[in-house]
Amino acid sequence: MQKKFDRGVERTRWLAGITVFAVLGLVGLLANPYVISLMTIVLLFTFLGQSWNLMLGIGGQLSIGHALFVGLGAYSVGVLYVRYGISPWVGLLTGMILAGSVGASIAWLSFRFEVRGIYFALLTIAAAEFARIMFSGWEFVGAMQGLFFPAPSGGIEISMLRGDARFYYFVALALAALGIIGTEFISRSYLGYVWRAMRDDESAARALGVRTFQHKILVISLSAAMAAAGGGVLALVQGSIFPDSIMGMGLSVDVLIGPVVGGLGTTFGPLVGSLAAIPLNHLMSALGDSLRIPGLNNITYGVVLISVVWFLPDGIWPAIVRLCKAIQAPPTAWLWHSRKVEE
Amino acid sequence: MLSLWLNVLASGILLGLVYGLVALGLTIIFGVMRVVNFAHGEMVVFGVYIGYWTVRLWNVPIIVAAAIAAVVMFAFGYLLEALIVKRFVNRPHHYQFIVFIGLSLLFSGTLLVAFGPDPRPTASQLSFQTVSLGLVTLDLARVQAAATAGLLIALLGAYLKFSPFGRSLRAAADNRLGGLIVGLNIPRIYAVTFGIGAACAGVAGALISPLFDAQPYLAVDFTLLAFVTVIVGGLGSFGGALLGGLVIGVAEAIAALMFTPSMKTALPYALLIIILVFRPRGFFGAKEI
Repeated sequence: MQKKFDRGVERTRWLAGITVFAVLGLVGLLANPYVISLMTIVLLFTFLGQSWNLMLGIGGQLSIGHALFVGLGAYSVGVLYVRYGISPWVGLLTGMILAGSVGASIAWLSFRFEVRGIYFALLTIAAAEFARIMFSGWEFVGAMQGLFFPAPSGGIEISMLRGDARFYYFVALALAALGIIGTEFISRSYLGYVWRAMRDDESAARALGVRTFQHKILVISLSAAMAAAGGGVLALVQGSIFPDSIMGMGLSVDVLIGPVVGGLGTTFGPLVGSLAAIPLNHLMSALGDSLRIPGLNNITYGVVLISVVWFLPDGIWPAIVRLCKAIQAPPTAWLWHSRKVEE
Repeated sequence: MLSLWLNVLASGILLGLVYGLVALGLTIIFGVMRVVNFAHGEMVVFGVYIGYWTVRLWNVPIIVAAAIAAVVMFAFGYLLEALIVKRFVNRPHHYQFIVFIGLSLLFSGTLLVAFGPDPRPTASQLSFQTVSLGLVTLDLARVQAAATAGLLIALLGAYLKFSPFGRSLRAAADNRLGGLIVGLNIPRIYAVTFGIGAACAGVAGALISPLFDAQPYLAVDFTLLAFVTVIVGGLGSFGGALLGGLVIGVAEAIAALMFTPSMKTALPYALLIIILVFRPRGFFGAKEI
């Protein structure tokens, strides 16, 4: 049996991670404004995808209403900043607490009577839609007309989280790095083992003494709080908040595409998936606009989702890892074989 | 005042029957195959477009349009199951959900490409005619739609209850492995089930085509409406879908009368959350999902 974290793999993972983030940092310093703005979205959705990945890939709970948590984070930042001039840092924290408690109450409502699986997934959509309709009719948060941030003054203000596109790129990069390192850290901790056990077989985990009810609420509220932080930054980057785009079904789908395409439950999956899917979506929207075919990007996303689940059910990233191993495997196997002969 | 309330109640019940038919399609597919059809709203919109085009091109009565929608959508659902869905039936729930989200994006994209994003007002003259019954005045389109939907629900119920095929379908729903052991043709049953579910959605779409403008973006609303209806009624339950449809239809009608129009769309969700607090599996929900 292979050990879970052997040292060689460990070193490769660290090297790979550092290389990837060094390249992404260089991109932020050198690339042109279009690439910067596209990559900011990619990195934000990496983080949002990581939060969704934590909930399904590690915790085993399917959410199709992650837009609810993203929207709560966005509105907390937006309302506090636009209406009262309070720093977005406070808004982010408020949003995380708010979304965490909403996530916990949805989880409590559903799990207290052992309602799980599909019912829980449907409940998350219903809650997100209910919130979207409520926010669309609520004048205080801008209703359908949306909430607009004042245009940035140009200078970088860390205390107010305001700056130019490049500044937000590095904020998104920091967030993505934090998401990846945090997930890696959690998945190796006690909680990670408990949550994966719960994901694979809830009854067995409970038989071993895991309080699955509490752990499910914990994983969901943690994921919701992460999504809210991502949503707050997303609102700052976009400069405006509309209920249909920040809390709609479309956003929930955008959040889950990254981890599904990249690889569920893996640490790098959301990054790889977002890198593949979001530029493709932008390309297809641009192509659809110029050819006057409005639904082209929907068709592409649909085909990509179906074919990933069909042909690469565990996503692109594990396939890449398998490929690397297959390339490396023959020489080492041969070496090992020859040494055995010598003995 | 009384006549106003009666009118609202009656039109809510009539539309509720059609919602019931939509939800029935979803619940039959779930009950037999344990799969949630996320693309159900798109299938309703396919039905709306079938209703729109048949009435516009050949000027046929809406019942004929519904029959055409039933045949077309049954074939569509059957083929969809046999070609794509069957590969995912035994996969974990979240994979199925993702496949169906993909299908729903694919279908809504296709609708957008084919018909464009602009709403098309109905060509049917039916939407202007009314019938009067004492205090109550009703849209003829609504009455026809509800009568057809009610009749179809009854026929489908009888078919599932009494026909040999309906019996084997229920057996497959009860116990898939047992069905396989006694020699049921499970793949065929699944394909037919999916066809029936799609046909329910399509017929409901064609029936309401005189009431709604044909528009691709309706799909999301119908998917969510069907979800809410089946959760209220209980996933996988025949009577639950019907009851859920009626409850949602009446609740929407009353909300539109008592509150602002935006509350009309929010009320089903509020109702859902209230029901989940007291009966988390809906009125007639299955014990194990």
